Amino acid sequence: MAAQKQEKSVIWDWLTTVDHKKLGIMYLIAGTLFFVKAGVMALFMRIQLMYPEMNFLSGQTFNEFITMHGTIMLFLAATPLLFAFMNYVIPLQIGARDVAFPFVNALGFWIFFAGGLLLSLSWFFGGGPDAGWTAYVPLSSRDYAGVGLDFYVLGLQVSGIGTLISAINFLVTIINMRAPGMTMMRLPLFVWTSFISSTLILFAFTPLAAGLALLMLDRIFGAQFFIPSMGGNTVLWQHIFWIFGHPEVYILVLPAFGIISEVIPAFSRKRLFGYTAMVFATMIIAFLGFMVWAHHMFTVGMGPVANSIFAIATMTIAVPTGIKIFNWLFTMWGGKITFNTAMLFASSFVPTFVLGGVTGVMLAMAPVDYLYHDTYFVVAHFHYIIVGGIVLALFAGLFYWYPKMFGHMLNETLGKLFFWIFYIGFHLTFFVQHLLGLMGMPRRVYTYLGDQGLDTFNFISTIGTFFMSAGVILLVINVIYSAFKGERVTVADPWDARTLEWAVPTPVPEYNFAQTPQVRSLDPLFYEKIHGDGTMKPAEPIQPIHMPNGSILPLIISIGLFFAGLGFIMMNMDNPIINPWIVAIGGLVITFGSMFVRSVKEDHGYYVPVEQVKADLKKGGN
Amino acid sequence: MADNLSQPFDKSAMTEEEKRQVNKEIRKQIVVFALMIFLTIISFLAVGADIVPRSFAIPFILLLAVVQFALQLIFFMHLKDKDHGWATAFMISGIFITVPTIAALMLLIGVVKY
Repeated sequence: MAAQKQEKSVIWDWLTTVDHKKLGIMYLIAGTLFFVKAGVMALFMRIQLMYPEMNFLSGQTFNEFITMHGTIMLFLAATPLLFAFMNYVIPLQIGARDVAFPFVNALGFWIFFAGGLLLSLSWFFGGGPDAGWTAYVPLSSRDYAGVGLDFYVLGLQVSGIGTLISAINFLVTIINMRAPGMTMMRLPLFVWTSFISSTLILFAFTPLAAGLALLMLDRIFGAQFFIPSMGGNTVLWQHIFWIFGHPEVYILVLPAFGIISEVIPAFSRKRLFGYTAMVFATMIIAFLGFMVWAHHMFTVGMGPVANSIFAIATMTIAVPTGIKIFNWLFTMWGGKITFNTAMLFASSFVPTFVLGGVTGVMLAMAPVDYLYHDTYFVVAHFHYIIVGGIVLALFAGLFYWYPKMFGHMLNETLGKLFFWIFYIGFHLTFFVQHLLGLMGMPRRVYTYLGDQGLDTFNFISTIGTFFMSAGVILLVINVIYSAFKGERVTVADPWDARTLEWAVPTPVPEYNFAQTPQVRSLDPLFYEKIHGDGTMKPAEPIQPIHMPNGSILPLIISIGLFFAGLGFIMMNMDNPIINPWIVAIGGLVITFGSMFVRSVKEDHGYYVPVEQVKADLKKGGN
Repeated sequence: MADNLSQPFDKSAMTEEEKRQVNKEIRKQIVVFALMIFLTIISFLAVGADIVPRSFAIPFILLLAVVQFALQLIFFMHLKDKDHGWATAFMISGIFITVPTIAALMLLIGVVKY
C-alpha cells in the first residue's frame, strides 16, 4: 500500500477531517453553542419584558440582543443544526461513501464557523449590531449604526459563503452519488427536502450576498445605493433582503419537514402516506416560497395591486403545506405508534406547525396586515413556525439519529420530561404573544407602560421562557448522563427503521458501506426485512476503498477569510491598532495562497485495504 | 494492487478520437469567445461613436445583449451538450425564478423606464 492512513492525534484529526460524519458532529456542536448563546439572549430579553418599565437591560443592549438573537438563531443555529443532520445522514441514506466533495464540505463548515466568530466578535468592539436581524436601511446606514453593523455585514457574508458551498455540495452529492437502484423517486423524504432546500440556498443566498455587498459598499466605501438623499433607494434593501429572507424560512423548514417525514413513518410502523404527493408538495412550496417576498412589505406602500398579488400568492402556499400535514396524519392513522421522545416531538410538531401556518394565512391578508404589522402577533406567528416547527423537528431528529451518531441512546425518561417542559413552556411563551399583538403591543420595544392590559400576558410569556430554558438544561443533563450511563447501541438498527442509514453498523466505519448496497425499493431496508433476509444486497464485490486524505487547508482558508472580513470592518473603526488594509489583504493572501497550494499539491487520498474491510465486517457482524 | 492509481499517469488516458473532440471543442469556444468580444466592441462603438441613431441605440444594444447571453448559455454554460440534464434543469429553474423576480422587483420599485 503506497498510501496508508497515518495515526494522528485526536485534535489534529478533528481539525483536518473531511469525513462527513465528523463534520456533521462538528456542525451539531457549533450549532448548539450558538443556539444556547442566542437562547440566553432571548431569556434576558424576556426578563426585561417581565414587568412594565423594568431596568434589567438598557434599551441599547436590548436592541443588540434582539438583533443578535434573530441573526444567530437563523444563520448560526438553525442552519448548521440542520446541516449537521444533512451532513451525517444524506450520504448514508443514499448509499454513498461520502459527499461529492469532502474537502469542500470541510471548507463549508470552517467558513461558516469563521463567519460566526466574526459576528460574535462585535461584543468586544463597542457592542453588537442593533438594527434588527433585517438590518433595514437607513437604520443600518453609516449615519445611524455603529461598527457593530459592519460585523453583521461581513460576518454574514463570510458565513454565507460557507452555507452556499455546502449547499452546492449537497446538490452534487444527491445527484451523482446515489447507490445503484436509488432513483430520485426512491430518495428518502429527508434527502428530497434537503435537496430542494439546497436549491433554495443556491438561488436565495446569492441575492443576500449581493445585498450585503451593496450595504458594505455603502457603509465602508461611501457608496449610496440605499441613501435617498444621494439618489439611492431605501426600499430596495427591503426587497433584496426579503427576496433572500422569505426563501430562508423554507430553507429551514423544508429539511425540518424531512425529519418529520422520517420519524413519523419509523414510529408508526407504516410507510409514508402519499410519497409522490409529498415530493411535489415540497417542490411547489419551494417555488411559491420564492415569489411571495413582498408580503413582508405590505405596509411599505406598494399599492393595492401589488399587495393583492402577493397576498394571494402567499395564501397559495397553504395548499401544498396542507397536503403535507394531511399526509403525516394519514401516515399515523391506523399505524402502530410508539410514543418515544422522538415521536413525541414529531407528532407534536404537526399541530404546532398548523397553528403557525394559520396565523401565517391571517398575516397574508394585506388589509388586516396593516393591523398586525410590527406587533407581537407577528413575533408569535414566526416563533410558532421556527420553534414549533424547526426546533421541534431538530429535537425529534436528535433523539432519532443520536444512537447512530454517538453509539448510545439518550435517556427516554429525561427525554420525555424535557419534551413536556419544553412544549408547555413554548406554548406559554408564544401563545399569549398572539393576544399581546392583538392588544397592540409593538415588537422590538424594550419596555412598556403598566396598567395597559399588557402586564399579565408579558409575565406569563416570560414564565414560559423559564420553562423552555429548564427544558434545554434538562437536554444537556440528558446528553451528559447518557454519555456515561446511557444504553450502548451496537446493533445497526435500534429502532427497526426503514431507511439505509440503519443498514450500516454502529459505530459507522469511515467508509460507511463496505459494499455499495443494491436498492430495490422505497424504504430499502424495510423492503429487505419483508422480502429479503433483512440485510442489504451488495452491488459490488469487496474491493479496496478509495478515501480522501484529511487536510488542514479548509481551516487555514477560513482563517484567511476571517481576517479579510475583520480588515474591512476595521476600516470603520475609530482607531484600529494596525492598518486595516494590511489585515484585509493579509487575510486574502492567506486564503488565496492556501487555495493555490490546494490546486498545485497533488493528493490522491489513500486506500482502505480489503483485509481491513473484511475485518471490520466481521467485527460489525453485518 | 491499486498503488499505481495514486501516481500521476505518464501519458494521457484519452483516445485519439476523444482528443480530436476536445480540440474541436476548444476551437469552437475560442471562435465564440472572439465573436462575443466583437459583439461587445460593436455595442460600445454604437453608443460611443454615435454610429447607430440615438433612438435605436438602446433596443440595438439590448438585442446584442440577448445574442451574447444566448451564446454564453449555449457554449460556455454547456446548454448544447448531451448528458447535461441536471445542470440544464437547474439553469432553467434558475431563469424561471429570477426573471419574474427581477421583473416584479423593477415594477415594484418603479424602474419602468428602460
